[in-house]
Amino acid sequence: MKKSLFLVSLLASTMAFASGDIHLDKAPTNLSDQQSLQRGAKTFVNYCLSCHSAQAMRYNRLQDIGLTEQQIKDNLIFTGAKVGDTMTNSMNKKDAKAWFGATPPDLSVISRSRGADWLYTYLRGFYRDETRATGWNNVAFDKVGMPHVLYELQGEQVLHVEKHGEHETQKLVLDKPGKLTPAEYDGMVADLVNYLEFMGEPIKATRMKLGVFVLLFLGIFFVVAYYLKKEFWKDIH
Amino acid sequence: MNSLTRLLGWVDDRFPLTKLWKEHLSEYYAPKNFNFWYFFGSLALLVLVIQIVSGIFLTMHYKPDAGLAFYSVEYIMRDVDWGWLIRYVHSTGASMFFVVVYLHMFRGLIYGSYRKPRELIWIFGMLIYLALMAEAFMGYLLPWGQMSYWGAQVIVNLFAAVPFIGPDLSIWIRGDYVISDATLNRFFAFHVAALPLVLIGLVVAHIIALHEVGSNNPDGVEIKKHKDPVTHIPLDGIPFHPYYTVKDIVGVVVFLMVFSAIVFFAPDLGGYFIEYNNFVPADPLNTPTHIAPVWYFTPFYAVLRAVPPMFGSQFPGVIAMGVAVVIIFFLPWLDRAPAKSIRYRGPIYKTALTLFVISFVGLGWLGMLPVTPLYTLLSQILTTVYLGFFLLMPWYSKIDKCKPVPERVTG
Repeated sequence: MKKSLFLVSLLASTMAFASGDIHLDKAPTNLSDQQSLQRGAKTFVNYCLSCHSAQAMRYNRLQDIGLTEQQIKDNLIFTGAKVGDTMTNSMNKKDAKAWFGATPPDLSVISRSRGADWLYTYLRGFYRDETRATGWNNVAFDKVGMPHVLYELQGEQVLHVEKHGEHETQKLVLDKPGKLTPAEYDGMVADLVNYLEFMGEPIKATRMKLGVFVLLFLGIFFVVAYYLKKEFWKDIH
Repeated sequence: MNSLTRLLGWVDDRFPLTKLWKEHLSEYYAPKNFNFWYFFGSLALLVLVIQIVSGIFLTMHYKPDAGLAFYSVEYIMRDVDWGWLIRYVHSTGASMFFVVVYLHMFRGLIYGSYRKPRELIWIFGMLIYLALMAEAFMGYLLPWGQMSYWGAQVIVNLFAAVPFIGPDLSIWIRGDYVISDATLNRFFAFHVAALPLVLIGLVVAHIIALHEVGSNNPDGVEIKKHKDPVTHIPLDGIPFHPYYTVKDIVGVVVFLMVFSAIVFFAPDLGGYFIEYNNFVPADPLNTPTHIAPVWYFTPFYAVLRAVPPMFGSQFPGVIAMGVAVVIIFFLPWLDRAPAKSIRYRGPIYKTALTLFVISFVGLGWLGMLPVTPLYTLLSQILTTVYLGFFLLMPWYSKIDKCKPVPERVTG
């Protein structure tokens, strides 16, 4: 028992290690772009939610990105869930583990642990690798268990490794084009990552707006407090 | 005599309300020359209140259960009205508590606030610091993220390094062979009930001791030596209320501006106040490659890692870490300089203090980084400097050339 525990943790740690020290592309996210967030939500429920859950996220929270309850019910709920339910999925955890080698993680706060840039790089970083059981590998997450769900859209990439003496440069090349052009695909992933960032902390945009007023209030309070102190202290030398 | 005054008289006959008000506020005479460094005591009290109030509201929605804890925090962040604010105030408050306490302690170092007759104030203060470390450590387990889990695993495992009783001791602390639901429940009990009670008790003792002997000041002179012959009020003293209450309000507002800027614009502060990995639910089967405690513990974590294992045991490192904390208690008896304040102390102490600050900050930085041979060597050098500051103090503080200390405060 102890030995197998150790093995599992060792494996897990090498996997995690593989995800460090890579060049990340900057994700062009913008939380105030509701159109982009809505497109991202659509991609999310269509492609991600079949295997992943977002158990902290309620469907009706999508009202924050400009959708009505009816629109959410009609266009974004495929599981028979109620609009006030959280985004769970029906995939059995044990099956998932058997199929992919790992249970697909819950994505509620994935943008907060991984960061938008990592997600943006990862979702554009799949390439063909016949040594893997799924046939896919990823530049941001070596030996990833997840197959390339969006390959019909992006097409198939291959990894070209060029050696310059001791240095090695990796380059992704589009081998078979998909339904979208590379620019369209990048735009779609940007929307999806934008949505994931919103879902990681739905209150983010509001708290920033609120923060401005809080600081303004404290700024005025400071002036009052400062002159009050000055008034009281004028006879202390 | 109006009814309010009569009511006050009625209370005063039964409870020393006016007496307490006078003793601790309106007739507590504090030196008139407090500077910037004297804001942090009252700010620490403010943060304590913030933590208790925000903590009470978090407790109303948080579930101390290994299966529910992680998502109950997200529930607070999303579904509880203003829950996100309460949670961010509490998480920011934890780090800001250490910021103000470290600055408060540094004030003690530069102006010799620990020196006779304030030894007990210092000891109560150090006990507060210890209780605060325990409080923060146990609170950090509660969100039940990966860093919560593995940080607690690493720290509780330190107790396993104690010879003979270690393994049993660590199981007794955890209530299990690994950090588990049992650990989460007991840490929750300590975090929300036991340790806050201890903290409040110690803070009361700290303030009673302070008001008994009176506050030190940036000149390190005793204002009680020169009293008005008629009123017996110290000549350099002013009543805490209203003078320092109105002054502290200014400090409070500035502090709240910094605090709010963090809460509203950068609650995780780039991973320093809330670590990114803590947004991954705790997984006992998946050890993160890099486990780092939160920033306020990293100086001591670096000391721990600087000492190599001996005879296959980590115990020497644990001892070194313990010594690094406990040695601070002895400052009142290690310091032999005739002057208290840095204003009148010689070049040796100024150099030693500078080196100490460099070692503390440096160790804090090293404690966040993965281990490499160079970093280990650096940690060893800085640990030596850190301990040297205390251990050599009886000698260097005595031979240091101090300037004459004035009789009265200099303003």
